[in-house]
Amino acid sequence: MKMNNQEWKKLNNDVRPGIKLRGKWHGKTYLIQKKLGAGAIGVVYLCEYNGKQAALKISDKRSSMTVEVNVLKSLGKVQGNRLGPYLLDVDDWISPQGSRYSFYVMEYLKGEPLITYIQRRGEAWIGVFMLQLLDALQELHQNGWVFGDLKVENLLVVSSPPKVRWVDVGGTTQIGRAIKEYTEFYDRGYWGLGSRKAEPSYDLFAFAMVFLQIYYPNKFVKEASPQKQLFRKIDGVKALSPYRAILKKAIISNYDTSEQMKKELLQVIYKLQRKNIQSTPGPVHQTHPPSVFVNIGGISILVIIYYVISLLFQ
Amino acid sequence: MRKGTLKQILLITDGCSNQGEDPVAVASLAHQQGITINVIGILDDDHSEQDESLKEVEDIALSGGGVSQLVYKQALSQTVQSVTKQAMTQTMQGFVNRELEQILGKGQSLEDLEPEKRGEIMEVVEDMGETCDLEVLVLVDTSASMYDKLPTVKEALMDLSISLNARIGRNRFAIYRFPGKRKQIEKILDWSPALDTISSIFPKLTSGGVTPTGPAIREAMYLFSKKSLRRSFKYEDEQPGMEEA
Ligand SMILES: Nc1ncnc2c1ncn2[C@@H]1O[C@H](COP(=O)(O)OP(=O)(O)O)[C@@H](O)[C@H]1O
Ligand SMILES: [Mg+2]
Repeated sequence: MKMNNQEWKKLNNDVRPGIKLRGKWHGKTYLIQKKLGAGAIGVVYLCEYNGKQAALKISDKRSSMTVEVNVLKSLGKVQGNRLGPYLLDVDDWISPQGSRYSFYVMEYLKGEPLITYIQRRGEAWIGVFMLQLLDALQELHQNGWVFGDLKVENLLVVSSPPKVRWVDVGGTTQIGRAIKEYTEFYDRGYWGLGSRKAEPSYDLFAFAMVFLQIYYPNKFVKEASPQKQLFRKIDGVKALSPYRAILKKAIISNYDTSEQMKKELLQVIYKLQRKNIQSTPGPVHQTHPPSVFVNIGGISILVIIYYVISLLFQ
Repeated sequence: MRKGTLKQILLITDGCSNQGEDPVAVASLAHQQGITINVIGILDDDHSEQDESLKEVEDIALSGGGVSQLVYKQALSQTVQSVTKQAMTQTMQGFVNRELEQILGKGQSLEDLEPEKRGEIMEVVEDMGETCDLEVLVLVDTSASMYDKLPTVKEALMDLSISLNARIGRNRFAIYRFPGKRKQIEKILDWSPALDTISSIFPKLTSGGVTPTGPAIREAMYLFSKKSLRRSFKYEDEQPGMEEA
């Protein structure tokens, strides 16, 4: 359930940068530094505890918060977890005015929104992040969960090496249940292209919409035949042309697992690379190394390099 | 906790009632019968959320044990499903809190527990919400002012069925409009498991100038089978809202 205007005002009034917030149960004190973002159910602040930075999410929607904490706890038990931020503390806070809030403290992901990162660094990164995201989704799915509310706002790129991470597990649902929280644009149910049951293909649909959203920042609304409309939108983006077939298959829930999708993505990338090597009159290009960033074949080389690096550093 | 059936009336309206008994009083009666009442108030584009005429929306839901939300019609689909789900959680939490009071003493609730225990209990609440059976009787205001909102209402109801039918538990939906031509309320769709077929039967036209919200809720209440009504009278201390499966 979303917060209404009044609840927003109250929260923004009670929690401000500079204040110290002491947990009712565990007694830890956090210094609120600045607002990182706000979403459907709460506000996330950068805070400091014991000289270390962390992210603190606070809300008076206490049962929604408890549900999110449960998910973060379960994900924390997954081995080699790279699925979103790890959980540091869970507590309640009573404001000086007597309002009761729940909050939890998690790893601060110092990153840049996916969308501005790609805009800034170029579309060579698309393939890199696609692979990373599919890896992470695969791991999540194999552990019995579906992310649910996958959208650009919930994706951050952290640096050295660049790696896409997600925040906001509010929609994260056990496989086989009803998706807890979603955003219409990314929801296949809204587009009439599938159910709201938590299954891997639900996330893969949203995955395709994430990459569409990057090129249609103003979004767009549903027309009479959504499948045709979405296919047309995919065809309309030049940067996505190598991935067209794959994205379309995700839109119609053609992949049962992210592994299948990743396999086909890797094939596309290898094929592009080979084509590029064959058609490149070698010596000329050797004197122009930067061209690697411009042509399609160059994209794939970069993809593979960064993909391998990100595997080494995980 | 036993598995059971939740009963909800979902009232979709755009303003205040102007005929018959007080809907707030009827809502409280329905709540005592184990039926939860949720109310969605649709705002016109030039309305604000502070509009006094829509205060009734909140009051009906409060005394009906449910959830209310004012919304512009663009966001109706998202709101209808989240209000319904939130009311389910709220009802489940109500049961849990009553059980907790028995163990911990009067006035104690889920919120008074330490975060770890609260987490465990919330998991149970979630499980119940996912697996329980649900009956939703949709009551659509089709008075004259609703004319330009009906297509959006239809879309939102079809969307609600997509959300609820993704659950493990079973669903039954019925749709009634008010005011009816001869009666207080008039059937659009009898109890059925999904709403994906309402496109052809959903009214495109409004049905009058008055808004008898109170009488409509009373009628809707009686539409939940007479049998279960008798039962909840007989077992007065039964947990309201839960009928044994
Ligand atoms: N661990 C984190 N590190 C850095 N930024 C975060 C973190 N968690 C959330 N944020 C920022 O706060 C915003 C809102 O948080 P989110 O959990 O999505 O709230 P909601 O569930 O209310 O939508 C996110 O979009 C993101 O920008
Ligand atoms: Mg969010």
